Amino acid sequence: MDEKLSNVFTQWDEKTQKTLGKYPERKHKFVNASDLEVKRVYTPLDVDPNYTEDLGLPGEYPFTRGVQPTMYRGRFWTMRQYAGMATAEESNARYRYLLAQGQTGLSVAFDLPTQIGYDSDHYLSQGEVGKVGVAIDSLADMEMLFDNIPLDKVSTSMTINAPASVLLAMYIAVAEKQGVPMNKLSGTIQNDILKEYVARGTYIFPPTPSMRLITDIFAFCYKNVPEWNTISISGYHIREAGSSAVQEVAFTLSDGIAYVQAALDAGLDVDDFAPRLSFFFNSHVDFFEEIAKFRAARRLWAKVMKERFGAKNSRSLMLRFHTQTGGSTLTAQQPDNNIVRVTLQAMAAVLGGTQSLHTNSRDEALALPTEESVRIALRTQQIIAYESGAVDTVDPLAGSYYVESLTNQIEQGAWEQIQKIDAMGGAIKAIEKGYIQKEIQDCAYTWQRSIEDKERIVVGVNQFQVKEAPPQGLLRVDASVGEMQARKLKTLRSTRDTNAVEQALANIDTVARGRENVMPAILDAVRVYATLGEICDVLRKVFGEYRPEDML
Amino acid sequence: MAEQRKIRVLVAKPGLDGHDRGAKVVARALRDAGMEVIYTGLRQTPEQIVEAAIQEDVDVVGLSCLSGAHNHLFPRVVELLKAKDAADILVVGGGVIPEDDIPFLKESGVKEIFTPGTSTGDVVNFIRSHAGSK
Repeated sequence: MDEKLSNVFTQWDEKTQKTLGKYPERKHKFVNASDLEVKRVYTPLDVDPNYTEDLGLPGEYPFTRGVQPTMYRGRFWTMRQYAGMATAEESNARYRYLLAQGQTGLSVAFDLPTQIGYDSDHYLSQGEVGKVGVAIDSLADMEMLFDNIPLDKVSTSMTINAPASVLLAMYIAVAEKQGVPMNKLSGTIQNDILKEYVARGTYIFPPTPSMRLITDIFAFCYKNVPEWNTISISGYHIREAGSSAVQEVAFTLSDGIAYVQAALDAGLDVDDFAPRLSFFFNSHVDFFEEIAKFRAARRLWAKVMKERFGAKNSRSLMLRFHTQTGGSTLTAQQPDNNIVRVTLQAMAAVLGGTQSLHTNSRDEALALPTEESVRIALRTQQIIAYESGAVDTVDPLAGSYYVESLTNQIEQGAWEQIQKIDAMGGAIKAIEKGYIQKEIQDCAYTWQRSIEDKERIVVGVNQFQVKEAPPQGLLRVDASVGEMQARKLKTLRSTRDTNAVEQALANIDTVARGRENVMPAILDAVRVYATLGEICDVLRKVFGEYRPEDML
Repeated sequence: MAEQRKIRVLVAKPGLDGHDRGAKVVARALRDAGMEVIYTGLRQTPEQIVEAAIQEDVDVVGLSCLSGAHNHLFPRVVELLKAKDAADILVVGGGVIPEDDIPFLKESGVKEIFTPGTSTGDVVNFIRSHAGSK
């Protein structure tokens, strides 16, 4: 410790304290978005890094400074806007528009019936078809969705969890028809069921069979689809549900630990599947905290993989992640202000070293975004990439006393939470007990209170309001999409080879009851146009359905 | 003198939407304001919601939907309540609901729609002044 600095600091601090009577600060106590106290100033006294151990160099353990040695000097992050609505035809048109605008990867949003494994003509699908994403019932829809999009040239991320095996199988089958073998495919499936139980809600099956479906995908992709990210372990939705930044890291990494453990228990070798694990985080309002969060998460995961799971391959130790700007930070009031919020959040993600990024559109607190809004959101990324200069050196905020101190604090806080969850028996047990859900809810309620008490100012919501006319030109999904999908299903069911479908479904039933990998059987079924609902119904019968205990 | 009956509220998530942060925050705020609150959990059909409302003898049903299915689901709840002779139960709703849809929902019998940015205090006040007349 620097004694001279320490003395100088003490003198300065005493002097400053004396002036506070005359020149008081804006608040008695400053805290960041996670309720961590923010000090007046940070100096080397706050961070005492062992540089090589705590920071290291980009592309090297513990990856605090980034997962690649050159980061954005080599190649920018993948600009990937999450999109999908109504029918496969409409979504296909939106994807081709985005690619024409310079987007570099696709990200598919499915509607809720698809995400929960119901066909569009199911009773529970009424009113929901095509609303929050595209409706996919069978391979026929998937063929249309990727019509004229060369699957060997784009990488595709699919936000699909409980029925991830089925949608991945459909993607593989579409590629086959385009003449692209599965070992040439690159992309991601979200496939993260644990955060569905706590924060997002599109679960189908109970934890045990769900974990088996996930590890079957790990094993299948290792052999057949080696460039595929088999899971995107997601903190995004945990944060959206109301957690703090520290909780986001802790709960996400705890889920990650549960997946690694499940795969090891299923007999896989850590370095066979761990290089394909990927992550997904939120970029929220507190600029420096978010940057520190990404750095802390990378360092913590590298340590967990090395020390706890003994991974040897350096790719197994790297936390690669996608980022989305925080949807819940968007305001319905004065929606153009959201462009500015998104810019700050996108900048934080870039300074935190993200591998891909979705920037929200200004109108998303009101509806699905219009084409014009999405273009502004994409342009925001392009301005950061091509104009800001923030991308020309790796991890430019390293060495900032504040950012390094926050990085340590978040890592420490998250590690304590992870140990607490470990002591409960791991993430699955903690979820079954409702612990993680309760922690998130408490934090969400505190956040809301702080806005209503005006401890936290949200521009346009609790201060600086104006009288506004209702926004014009919002995107609306045609209510007839449901009927259209139902008609398509009727035609499909009368034209496909019924015998082949029945056989394929019976085979899934048999395999699901046994221990064999279910992926090949699902792939055979989608090839003969068995529908998503039919396949999930077979699995529901074998595995049962998850029923949460709800509490407040 | 009989103790005054607390306002009873069923907070419900109709449809397939999994966003329950808002529903839970509102539920807690209502409880903190002295009401008795029952939360249904996710993925309830209008039939299940109405059954729960009658069984729990509530004064208010609060519906939350962020998936865009509100025009289908909210009026259905009102309709079923009427069919069960429970039209005196106050129905309110919230979520990502475009301004343009609000007149239709109100005509269908939903008394108030709370959109993003609403303070929980406003929800509490609305319920206090409109419920409990049964």
